Amino acid sequence: MDIKELYQEIVLDHGKNPRNKNKCKDFNKDAKGHNPLCGDKVHVYAKLDKEKKVEDISFEGEGCAISIASASIMTEVIKGKEFNVAKKILEHFLNMLKEGSKISINSLSENENTTMMSLSGVKRFPMRVKCATLAWHTFLHAAEDSKKTVNTEK
Amino acid sequence: MDINTIKTQFPIFKNKINGKPLIYLDNANSSQKPKSVIDRLSKFYSKEFSNIGRSVHSLAVTATNRFEETRDLMREYINAKSREEIIFTKNATEAINLVASTYGDKFINSGDEILITELEHHANYVPWHFLRKKKGAVIKFAKSNDKGEVDIDEIKKLITNKTKIISITHLSNVTGFIMPVKKIVDLAREKKIPVLVDGCQGAPHLKIDMQELGCDFYAISCHKMYGPTGVGVLYAKKKWLDVLPPYQGGGGMIEEVKKDNITFPGSPTKFEAGTLQTAEVVGFSESIKFINDIGIKNIMEHEKEILEYGLEEIRKNNSVNIIGNPKNRGSIISFTIKGIHPHDIATILDEDGVAIRAGHHCCQILHEKMGISASARASLGIYNTKDDIDVLSDAIKKCNKIFNT
Repeated sequence: MDIKELYQEIVLDHGKNPRNKNKCKDFNKDAKGHNPLCGDKVHVYAKLDKEKKVEDISFEGEGCAISIASASIMTEVIKGKEFNVAKKILEHFLNMLKEGSKISINSLSENENTTMMSLSGVKRFPMRVKCATLAWHTFLHAAEDSKKTVNTEK
Repeated sequence: MDINTIKTQFPIFKNKINGKPLIYLDNANSSQKPKSVIDRLSKFYSKEFSNIGRSVHSLAVTATNRFEETRDLMREYINAKSREEIIFTKNATEAINLVASTYGDKFINSGDEILITELEHHANYVPWHFLRKKKGAVIKFAKSNDKGEVDIDEIKKLITNKTKIISITHLSNVTGFIMPVKKIVDLAREKKIPVLVDGCQGAPHLKIDMQELGCDFYAISCHKMYGPTGVGVLYAKKKWLDVLPPYQGGGGMIEEVKKDNITFPGSPTKFEAGTLQTAEVVGFSESIKFINDIGIKNIMEHEKEILEYGLEEIRKNNSVNIIGNPKNRGSIISFTIKGIHPHDIATILDEDGVAIRAGHHCCQILHEKMGISASARASLGIYNTKDDIDVLSDAIKKCNKIFNT
């Protein structure tokens, strides 16, 4: 397998030009995530409406290309989804990284599916899985009002 | 000295990493082990193993003798005055903790000052932080300059009548700066302040002579000296051995135990509680012999040549920023590449069999000062060659290509 399967064009693009990298307006949920082993930090902001639909989502942070790209992709895919759907997307995403399974969720467009699949190469790099999952776990913490910082080592 | 012959003594280099020959440039983290060390561990367990210092049977006597021979070899290697000054610990971290705990308990009180530098590894900061919390002591950081050096004047100006210990690295594990230890010891001696040297990077790469350096304490990490993991050494000047209380309590470190009182023997026994890492200490004797056979001066000369070649080659790449530019530098090249995070660098290099470290290298204070969260680090050992540097430079170019920088 070539290293380029990890650093696919879509991943590099999101890493260099992350989408939704700001503090979104009127956010009502937020949480921080930290990987103390490598120093990756992320702060996820989300605006959930009364029906728990993710109206807006954004992030701030610093880290490697994988962690930034993954956070960026997450915001793009999750924005506009019902929270329950978002949770399902997260579940499929984690399974893809851990077991190499495909993502099959009806409410995802083909484009969204392809974007998420661009991170599938991470599976072969166990040391980097935490980079790719940090933002997603942090989003879950934010949505569920957990006050704790996500820490990959705890 | 033929490096390739030396390299063949390390079985690990027979293995391929991701289908490529291993280019091991993570020596500041830990070094690889020569066959003599690996064989010694196996032989000790196969033929000589017993716990030491307790039983009177033949195996116990042999094992004790082998263990104590390493102490003698180490004494000679660092030119300590007596074997009592060599204390075995589980690692250099424990060696520093031992001093922070025992010396700190006895001599450091509220408002007293501990002087360290901004270059220190967490192992030479966190133990002092515990003391700060426990005793209300103050930690002062001597500033590093933009070359990644600590000017001796920065240390001088922080010394006050309250300074109770100066604790400094011998060789920075980020910038490679070699601290002028002797000058600092001379300075401290005027005020009768003891000096602890974190010798993790010093011991494997520099000639270390306790009489020449004159420091009170010197902490050594044996696994960075081609030795087994689980072994550290604390050198403590004789004058401290009776003054300092025991460190941990347990078997082996007592003289007499009564219901109402316990007495303790002298050093090193009183600082070595419980069953020690017997096989590893015995195995470490082969590491000292390995270094002695080559000669530390030859090692220094070789590593200097590779370091200079490495700096020159890597500087040719305009996207690379080498961290620090100390005049007196050893064995370490930390760097960043514009637009590429160090973890991505390390992953891409690993695909070509190049092992480096990426992260803050347990030096968050220094990284924060430099305004970065992480860096990549190539660190040398005796087996590295100019060819290794060429592979490293090419792998860095591959990072540039993938990230289009």
